[in-house]
Amino acid sequence: MTRFLTGLAAIAICTAGAVQAQDFSAPLKARQGQFRILAINLGTLGGMAQGKIDYDAEAAQMAADSLVAVTMIHEGPLWPEGSSEMDIDGTRAKAEIWDNWEDFASKWSALGAAAEGMQTVAATGQEALGPALGQLGAACKACHDSYRAPES
Amino acid sequence: MRRLIGGLALAGLFAAGAAWVLSAPRPLPGGSFAGVAGDASRGAQVFTAAGCASCHHAPDAEGEAKLVLTGGQRFVSDFGTFLAPNISPDPDHGIGGWSEEDFANAVLRGVSPEGAHLYPAFPYTAYTRMDDRDLADLWAYMQTLPASDTPSLPHELGFPFNIRRSLGFWKLLYFNDDWVMPEAEGQQMVRGRYLVEALAHCGECHTPRDMLGGLDTSRWLTGAPNPNGRGTIPGLTPDHLSWDASEIAYYLETGFTPDFDSVGGHMVEVVENFSQLSAEDRAAVAAYLKALPEGGEMR
Repeated sequence: MTRFLTGLAAIAICTAGAVQAQDFSAPLKARQGQFRILAINLGTLGGMAQGKIDYDAEAAQMAADSLVAVTMIHEGPLWPEGSSEMDIDGTRAKAEIWDNWEDFASKWSALGAAAEGMQTVAATGQEALGPALGQLGAACKACHDSYRAPES
Repeated sequence: MRRLIGGLALAGLFAAGAAWVLSAPRPLPGGSFAGVAGDASRGAQVFTAAGCASCHHAPDAEGEAKLVLTGGQRFVSDFGTFLAPNISPDPDHGIGGWSEEDFANAVLRGVSPEGAHLYPAFPYTAYTRMDDRDLADLWAYMQTLPASDTPSLPHELGFPFNIRRSLGFWKLLYFNDDWVMPEAEGQQMVRGRYLVEALAHCGECHTPRDMLGGLDTSRWLTGAPNPNGRGTIPGLTPDHLSWDASEIAYYLETGFTPDFDSVGGHMVEVVENFSQLSAEDRAAVAAYLKALPEGGEMR
């Protein structure tokens, strides 16, 4: 009987662990994926701003549109409670996100505003990209300053 | 036997005396800064490059509020928790009552106006390499910042780290104003070395420390555990960092890595500072990093 109960408890613990890991893999992939999409499009715009890629108004506009599209994603479902770097591996999201959700959300909105700024000017010429990228970088940093942990 | 005990007592007394002398704070010679008139607008650049606000602004300050040097940020270490003090010009709770010489002793020697050792969480071990003119300009600029009447909080340290006198021995081991990179050829390298090793104090987080908390300069800038929390601070030597000089400079300007990830953690504040410096300064830092030896050991 004891062995049975112990076995049952062990199975319960294992499944609990597996369930927990599974629970967060989808939102983790989703939220990290959206940052990858941002990075790829910022790479296009940054390469043009630095003169490493030839400026192309249409490509710049598409990149900027993609940035705006990502910032329109509603963030709530991607950040479930208990998915901070203190709770699970594979994330650098600090627990402070959930303590200050309003502030975190407002910083995501600020990224949206910066992306719209880029969307407005991206097709107007190569020299407009640098300042708009500066705004985007500032929005990234403002949030990372408080809510992203160093690499482990 | 009595002579032996007497001899031992004498030797003990001598050792205690020597220890007292060796651990004594060593301020600058009096009058070191008499007649050096600081330029506040130049001092603003020194202030930014030295990252003073990054540690001394209030814990939740953003934007302009970061220029109010209220203190209160907590720096957790193996020796206890250090709390950044108020260094605004408030005469009672900040450093408004200090003379320029008091300020120079704190920044360049790690000695308080009362003649006590300061803890090296304040990176005077790097600032000691600062030019006298930059020091004077910095002092002039800091007078122009807003005062804050928030009292400084005491550090949270256990025995024996709460005995400031013991820092005298620590300083004998780890505190000197030699350059880590002994040779720097040309104006750009000299400037880069000055920014990295003195003002921006990069080594404080990017260089590993030994058991007593001293920087292991034989592994200069090769990365280290985060001194203030979880995670790792990356290495900057060519065996760790493969970015070219223009990529390093662009990162310091915008916070974007070559694959357009964005800076995180305390480095955000560092990039905010570097983005306000000149393109030449960012290029100088990049040139210095590209000249570092693999493994960090200088020859």
